[in-house]
Amino acid sequence: MLKILKYSFYDLMRSRWSYVYFAFYLLLGIVLLFLNNDLSKAVITLMNVIIILVPLIGTIFGVMYYYNSKEFTELLLAQPLKRSSIFLGQYLGVAISLSMSLILGLGLPFVFYGLFESSAIWDFSLLLITGTFLTLIFTALAFNIALSNENKIKGFGYAILLWLFLAVIYDGIFLLVLIGFEEYPLDKVSLIGTMLNPIDLSRTLILLKLDISALLGYTGAIFKQFFGTNYGLIVSFIALSLWVIVPVLRIVYKSKKKDF
Amino acid sequence: MVTIQNLRKKFGKNQVLSGLDLSFGAGGIFAILGPNGSGKTTLIKSVLGMVIPDKGEITVLGKNITKNSDYRHQIDYLPQIANFPSNLKVKELIKMIKDLRKSTKEDERLIELFKLTPFLDKKLGQLSGGTKQKVNLVLTFMFDSPIIILDEPTSGLDPISMLRLKDLIQVEKEKGKTILITSHIMSFVEEISDEIVFILEGKIYFKGTITELKTKTNQPDFEHAIASILTDNHA
Repeated sequence: MLKILKYSFYDLMRSRWSYVYFAFYLLLGIVLLFLNNDLSKAVITLMNVIIILVPLIGTIFGVMYYYNSKEFTELLLAQPLKRSSIFLGQYLGVAISLSMSLILGLGLPFVFYGLFESSAIWDFSLLLITGTFLTLIFTALAFNIALSNENKIKGFGYAILLWLFLAVIYDGIFLLVLIGFEEYPLDKVSLIGTMLNPIDLSRTLILLKLDISALLGYTGAIFKQFFGTNYGLIVSFIALSLWVIVPVLRIVYKSKKKDF
Repeated sequence: MVTIQNLRKKFGKNQVLSGLDLSFGAGGIFAILGPNGSGKTTLIKSVLGMVIPDKGEITVLGKNITKNSDYRHQIDYLPQIANFPSNLKVKELIKMIKDLRKSTKEDERLIELFKLTPFLDKKLGQLSGGTKQKVNLVLTFMFDSPIIILDEPTSGLDPISMLRLKDLIQVEKEKGKTILITSHIMSFVEEISDEIVFILEGKIYFKGTITELKTKTNQPDFEHAIASILTDNHA
């Protein structure tokens, strides 16, 4: 698997898009820091960008890479290699190169700004960790969609729909449910609802860490009680890990049954 | 070398292989023939483990191939359409495949044989169809495996390369290898193969030498023999 990972990774490192992605984050980091002059505010703005953009890029890159490397995959399938190592190697190649663009692109300007002497280092690390999780999650989901759809256009369509659903529509439905049932106690429902969407979960984690939960009103207090504790943090990270592990297992399962 | 028992495969509603039994002994060139869509490529891909059969058992060198990938060390495969990652250089591709399988020196001789040296630093996306096929041949023949599977090896080749390919196949045969070939070029098949296997509607219709086929169909030459099978069964 490591060999496949190496080749996929090199392949992506040579592609223009990795640099565009890296340069975008680099620029974003520099602009936010040096025009804003306030580290915490910069982190909040970054969060808003990361929460929406990272899943979108992960989804599109994942689907695109899978379809574009179809020929490479077929070449590999005839070699003495396990299917699971071929697909996991490719998946990790995409996910790791995207995560690296994110971490380096945002990390470098922050390091030069003097992150290590600042108190915001934990908030910032949390931001990068959730960003990496979101990359792993959405690349895995994208691979799942691509593996199940031979038709490129359909695959792209489903992938974009999935992103739209989790990033936008889910929140809308969630809000409607909360309004519709406002007479009932909803703390458990809203906690579970947040756990079930990796984007919401990441957003909540970061917001609470930044200590601006007062903005969230009553629900914020409940969330703070849960996510603010170590217990809540651990449960959230388990939930995020499950969001990675389950799709990855499905990649392995699906790839074993597929005809090429 | 290779045995196949009751192989069945359906793609959607299309039953491609319906209970196919076949075995290839050690040594010799076997041509797999059949009309378009008869299941030749599906059969080959099943042996390679690229297509997962619905039913049936395939053994290669005495080992069942399900849930096993190591047996592919014993097989050299030439895919039908040479589709390679287009942003890779020829040199890099050869190096990569060697890295994934095993080290070999044979590639240098083959590159020389097919006159590929000027193309080594070119990207695969820039190569013509015939040159790609030559690269494909180098990748296939550079490992010295006991089983060689060639899916349409002649496509896009110029006459000189075709001659070299025929010589290459003969040399490999003399080493005692089992070579499976699919081709639509009947003169090539007639010249090169020891035995032919004719697949029709997902089953083996005929297996034997070309002389046996001519007697069976009562036709004086090979091309007409094949044509007569097709007209008899599609009339």
